[in-house]
Amino acid sequence: MTAVLPISAEPAAIPREEARPGRWRRMPTKAKVGAILLGLFVLAGIIGPFVAPYDPSFQNPSPSLSLHPPYGAHLLGTTQSGQDVLSQLLVGIRLTLELAFIVGLVATVLAVIVGVTAAFLGGVWDEVLSLLTNVVLVIPALPLLIVLLGYFQTTGQTATILVLSLLSWPWGARVVRAQTLAIRNRDFIAAARETGEKTWRIIAWEIVPNEVSLIAASFVNTVLYAIGASVALAFIGVTNLNDWSLGTMLYWAESQQALQLGAWWWFIPPGLAVALIGTGLVLLNTGIDELGNPRLRDAASASRIAGRWLPPANPTPVLGDVSQHRGRVASFLHSFSRSSLIDETKGGDAR
Amino acid sequence: MTADPGQAPVSVTTPSAAGQNPVLDIRDLSVVYRTPGGDVRAVDKVNLSLAPGEVVGLAGESGSGKSTLVYGATRLLRAPALVTSGSVTYAGRRVTKPVDLLQLRPDELQRLRWREIAIVFQSAMNALNPVLNVRDQLLDVIHAHLRMPRDEARERAGSLLDLVGIPRSRLRSYPHELSGGMRQRVMIAMALATDPEVVIMDEPTTALDVVVQRDILAQIVELKEQLGFSIVFITHDLSLLLELADRIAIMYAGQLLETGTAAEIHREPSHPYTKGLLNSFPSLRGPRRDLAGIPGSPPDLRDPPPGCPFLPRCAYGTSACEEVDMHLLQVATSKDPEHVTACPFVLPDTPAPPPRGDRQETAGQKIAGEPT
Amino acid sequence: MPFIVRRLVFYLVAAWVALTINFFIPRAIPGNAVQNVMAKFPNLQPSAYKALEALLGVGHPGSLWSQYVSYLDEIFHFNFGTDVSQYPASVSSLLVQTLPWTITLVGTATVIAFLIGTALGIVAGWRHGGSLDRVLPGLMFLQAIPSFFFALILVELLAIKTQVFPTGQGYSDGLIPGWHWDFISSAVYHSVLPALTIVLTSIAGWMLQMRNVMITTVGEDYVIAAQAKGLPNRRVIYTYAARNALLPQLQGFGLAVGFVVSGAIVMEIVFGYPGIGLLLLNAVTSNDYPLMQAIFLVITFAVLLANLVVDMIIVVADPRARRREATS
Repeated sequence: MTAVLPISAEPAAIPREEARPGRWRRMPTKAKVGAILLGLFVLAGIIGPFVAPYDPSFQNPSPSLSLHPPYGAHLLGTTQSGQDVLSQLLVGIRLTLELAFIVGLVATVLAVIVGVTAAFLGGVWDEVLSLLTNVVLVIPALPLLIVLLGYFQTTGQTATILVLSLLSWPWGARVVRAQTLAIRNRDFIAAARETGEKTWRIIAWEIVPNEVSLIAASFVNTVLYAIGASVALAFIGVTNLNDWSLGTMLYWAESQQALQLGAWWWFIPPGLAVALIGTGLVLLNTGIDELGNPRLRDAASASRIAGRWLPPANPTPVLGDVSQHRGRVASFLHSFSRSSLIDETKGGDAR
Repeated sequence: MTADPGQAPVSVTTPSAAGQNPVLDIRDLSVVYRTPGGDVRAVDKVNLSLAPGEVVGLAGESGSGKSTLVYGATRLLRAPALVTSGSVTYAGRRVTKPVDLLQLRPDELQRLRWREIAIVFQSAMNALNPVLNVRDQLLDVIHAHLRMPRDEARERAGSLLDLVGIPRSRLRSYPHELSGGMRQRVMIAMALATDPEVVIMDEPTTALDVVVQRDILAQIVELKEQLGFSIVFITHDLSLLLELADRIAIMYAGQLLETGTAAEIHREPSHPYTKGLLNSFPSLRGPRRDLAGIPGSPPDLRDPPPGCPFLPRCAYGTSACEEVDMHLLQVATSKDPEHVTACPFVLPDTPAPPPRGDRQETAGQKIAGEPT
Repeated sequence: MPFIVRRLVFYLVAAWVALTINFFIPRAIPGNAVQNVMAKFPNLQPSAYKALEALLGVGHPGSLWSQYVSYLDEIFHFNFGTDVSQYPASVSSLLVQTLPWTITLVGTATVIAFLIGTALGIVAGWRHGGSLDRVLPGLMFLQAIPSFFFALILVELLAIKTQVFPTGQGYSDGLIPGWHWDFISSAVYHSVLPALTIVLTSIAGWMLQMRNVMITTVGEDYVIAAQAKGLPNRRVIYTYAARNALLPQLQGFGLAVGFVVSGAIVMEIVFGYPGIGLLLLNAVTSNDYPLMQAIFLVITFAVLLANLVVDMIIVVADPRARRREATS
């Protein structure tokens, strides 16, 4: 699995969760593309098994159908033992997504609980929980997972889900803790405490709602991580090989030498699917990041002045000077465009 | 428009009493922030001039545009800021002819910055590089503008610290190892490193406690006498300026409301906002009186209402104020010939109005008796 | 307590936790599973058999605590036991054979990726919104590809279809490992594709992260102040902006070491590269538990050590860290 890190290295500035309309519209294009991409795969995951033309495990004994390139009856070709790749892919997407979302959910819930508790209780509890978080964080997960699953071999998906959740919550916990610490000292929390509001209510109704985009970003990151980890584990062969996940497909493709035999239709679709799902998640996360971190957002929208991009660290542009940089022909052509109107009327007002 | 027809508006930027041309002359400067929701007019056609050796105070509440004015003039604002009009003419002793900062190329601007116009920032902790020690940061500034051998530069760095009263052993310290007052002194030392003509001080003492404040202000005055630079001193604390500044300019919602010598502003404030500000803090001496703040808050600069921006909070306001065009008019009753105000209706001796609700609103009626 | 000492204590605690987990895992499997494990190795010498029993906690050779103590004792003497699948080789010898391969490959490639990615990130952050930003979605895609999958593609393109590089292994058959040119050049030749995989799949992550940190840093007051001081642009970018942005970036590197290693393990499998990853795979397929557990420990210790090194670099780079209490 490639290095998967939360994109923002520091906690976001405290997001203002006012009721601003059009949160979808305000997300940058990148994020919308990501959401749509992800949506497609989620859809495939939901309807996949019902739409799959064959049973993925069905092995067709006929030798002519072994490792057959794509054609009408098998849109993505067949495997070494005559199984339909497309069906495996559809079932695999569902299984992989299912696992990843469950892990994401469990790990994020754990992360929020640990993070908020540590930040809110402070003192010894904070130290203990932080130590726990950091220890779990620093121990490399994949080798441990391999050892664990190597011992508990027959229990299938549940074991994988369990161990992945138990090892991936620290990321989110750290970020949630940092954010909660920042919010905890703000006035409205003190006010709530003064009026005698119970601690759990403060947590549930005041703190958590202010961290929604942070928690969402953490969830997306965990899902991303879970997909990568589960695919890697399946590829190595430590998870239940009877479950058709995308990783399992890759395992069988590798062990049956699909690469050397030139059966690209066997190993490219599952790998590509993982990459596309991952890209969708990362793009979505960028959108959530920019919603939460005002500097990234402002910088993104502000970098064009009067239609031109200027390095942000340049001296403050002066209106006349910005327009002057066009050549004569360019200015002539530019005068037909709508933005030239904006240049002339805004800023110099009738006074 | 009800200003008296016989009175022509007077520009503030006539040569000062000493007869010299201003070292820094900001004319008609407008700065906007171009946001998707519209242009925010942070500074709207403001004039400010600074004579050699003078201390000009720039006062106003948060969001009045006082900082934006100077950062816009020195072109330090980041996107989405845009300077939409005006000129910023610098005419120090070292430049052969006056230059307009707004028209300079980036490399020319870089040469002029700090060497001629230096800035002392508000929060020294944030304005100092956390990973460099004091000596390296001073040397950076020295080497950027002055050509001198390294040991001479080091000696200069040391003597700069002497100037502001910091032990030389602190050269090796990092910003986080210094106290707040010391950091601010380092900032001042850094500003003076290349012997500038103009030093802009952006709320330099706001973050410090009162005792340290006094020390630093005294130090600033002393340095100014010694080295002869001019100061633009930005603060929200008008009382400070009354003691420190030669002239004071009051800003509100991106516009200038009143300008004059400190003595006159203190003795005979003309604009209702200035009066309000002066009433907002007690003086140590003098009779006790009621402290009145100024209720309300500044307007949204994205969509400013017509006429005077202070109208919603002004005790003297009438509907005529909506048609004021904010030109600065001379205050005839003042001893300072350059004392000007943006309010055509209210004079220093205009009596305070009755509380709102009792007043009649008559269009075009001046509250003061005679034309200014 | 100085920062570094605190970090050292933390890593020792983490190491102890790893050791303890390692100790308890085999003892946590249900009874009949133990029999299954034992049954897989019918041909062992009695001493190896006993060692396996000791590992699994079978036969109650003493109280749990005494087992624990002797286990820790063995670890401290680097005695990981006798291997079962490649009997009679000792686990330690297997580790010594394979570890250098992994460290050289993964270490070098990761450092290269980090340096290039960070450099690109500095430029992208300073010129935020400019042309370099257009590459971002492509880079995100690159980062999302599983590294072993990317390895497969690279092999397909550069080794099978075009025969430029070898398809796998650490060095050509028939060569004897040693410090002579034939061997070394062959080893380098065989490591190009794996190194390329690591670099290409991880560079995007470093660049994206550095870019974001740079954007925030460039907006800080001290960078604006540096520009107000008329300092040359290069100085502002590198000494004022990038040097400060580097600190969170380095911390991120520390956190990512574990991931990097995990990715490399899987990638070695694709290439048949004779490193610790391949060893782990063999251990898994042959149910060689002593070896599996030893590999886990070694990898963990390596990651902790790498983290400690990063912490030391941070202390050198950040004057505030030298004084401050460690907020791990």
